[in-house]
Amino acid sequence: MEGWAALYIFMLAAFTGIEVISRVPAILHTPLMSGSNFIHGIVLVGAMVILGSADTTTEQVVGFIAVFLAAGNVVGGYVVTDRMLEMFKSSGQKKDQS
Amino acid sequence: MIPGIDFIVPGAYFLAAVMFIYGLKAMGSPVTAHRGILLAGIAMLIAVLVTFVHPMVDSNYGLMIAAIAIGSLAAWWTGKRVAMTDMPQMIALYNGMGGGAAAAIATVELLKVIGGHQLDNTTTIMAVAGGIIGAIAFSGSLIAFAKLQGWMRKTWRFAGQQFVNLIFFGATIAMGLMIIINGPDPLLLTLFLATALVAGILITVPIGGADMPVVISLYNALTGLAVGFEGYVLQNPAMMIAGIVVGAAGTMLTQLMARAMNRSLSNVLFAGFGKADEDGPAGEVSGEMKAIDATDAAIQMAYAEKVIIVPGYGMAVGQAQHKIWELTELLTERGVKVMFAIHPVAGRMPGHMNVLLAEAGVPYDMIYDLEDINAQFPTTDVALVIGANDVVNPAARKDTSSPIYGMPILNVDKARNCIVIKRGQGTGFSGIENLLFFEDNTRMLYGDAQKMAQALIAGVKSLA
Repeated sequence: MEGWAALYIFMLAAFTGIEVISRVPAILHTPLMSGSNFIHGIVLVGAMVILGSADTTTEQVVGFIAVFLAAGNVVGGYVVTDRMLEMFKSSGQKKDQS
Repeated sequence: MIPGIDFIVPGAYFLAAVMFIYGLKAMGSPVTAHRGILLAGIAMLIAVLVTFVHPMVDSNYGLMIAAIAIGSLAAWWTGKRVAMTDMPQMIALYNGMGGGAAAAIATVELLKVIGGHQLDNTTTIMAVAGGIIGAIAFSGSLIAFAKLQGWMRKTWRFAGQQFVNLIFFGATIAMGLMIIINGPDPLLLTLFLATALVAGILITVPIGGADMPVVISLYNALTGLAVGFEGYVLQNPAMMIAGIVVGAAGTMLTQLMARAMNRSLSNVLFAGFGKADEDGPAGEVSGEMKAIDATDAAIQMAYAEKVIIVPGYGMAVGQAQHKIWELTELLTERGVKVMFAIHPVAGRMPGHMNVLLAEAGVPYDMIYDLEDINAQFPTTDVALVIGANDVVNPAARKDTSSPIYGMPILNVDKARNCIVIKRGQGTGFSGIENLLFFEDNTRMLYGDAQKMAQALIAGVKSLA
């Protein structure tokens, strides 16, 4: 990819990120931080590519560490966010009933 | 090679990027939030599955599956088991893992350069930048985790600390530049990573626990940035977009949190709450703390017209939210109007208390923000403070020398009576003396939050 094209992608993605997060109620700040923490778990894809194309033993070891860490980011991020948001769901339903 | 793979893989990444953004957007509203994380989860699954047939992936499948299995299981097990109160440090831990992964990717890319592989300048710069940021986010997040977990009680400071930090940070940048200009060699690469890791530790160690949420949020944004940069190195638009979106969103979130505490980001990072420790207790404290027992407190609340409950980290630690809700229901039955007041940074993170109260079943419409509730205190009979400290300290309004001066607080001292449930007589998380405890209309109810809530419930019930 050409450098300029990448710069445009970065710029547009940055504006998207700012736009998405603004005007969010304070009660969702922690779940949102957790959710965005999950989303940068996409680093797992890169870690898999790195390990899948590793040749030397050192590359394999570091690649293995990368995949292990990234998988932790993905699964941990999801579980924690899901648990937090699960509560919002149930409390919303309770409120509907009352 | 599977036919059409040149279309399937980028197509799946594109779809994942769209779903990530849409999912994050959905997480911004309580109604759609759960759908949002589900959508992002599906996107992640698609992106990961398609990577197994990525054209660049041609070996080490066994290792890959083993690493994914170990990492996932460890995270799944810890994530499911952890108490709601400990969520902030878990976010820090998982975030650190992501930063570490980004740094590891940079390491392998640079190792390949040592092995004879060629990278153009822009790619090397991106790899090095992502490596620095990822490594700092990794070690910094682990320190943040250790601090919130209570493994590092002391806030470690020494004279000239800023200077030492600057040297390590500068050395990391300098070595990064040497890698970019002269190409990496094994020794330089090792030193480069080591100094970046040490820099992350040194930056985080002096920051007090009360500021940790802001710092975790910052590292979250940094990891996003590192992931975006490594996405460029690997020519992976899904990583670039998801990484930078999180980087930008995380930066915004960090600023929102810092603003809620009336502090700037640089103030959090470079000043810390340290001044208070060095200068001794800030402000003159007059009067004494007056204790009350649970039965008297229960009577006061049972015959009140309006009660405002202010939960804080102490409620979370004592797991008292369910008991508090039980108490609330009892009081409501007696015709008492009960409201919950939540400070933007109550607990360890913005929204932390809301999550806990939601867990206990407290409906949204009983929970009020700082701006909405402060006018209510003068007409309130009893303000019940449970394990909150700095966020109700009137020193923030009155004492210009206090480190928290200027921070918006809940004006519980303006209520007719104020009852504070607190474990002991010590100062709070930030180590600042709380003037509220010495006010004439304040009574202290010493004890564990859950036990005291139980005692209040028994007290109210005995009146029936």
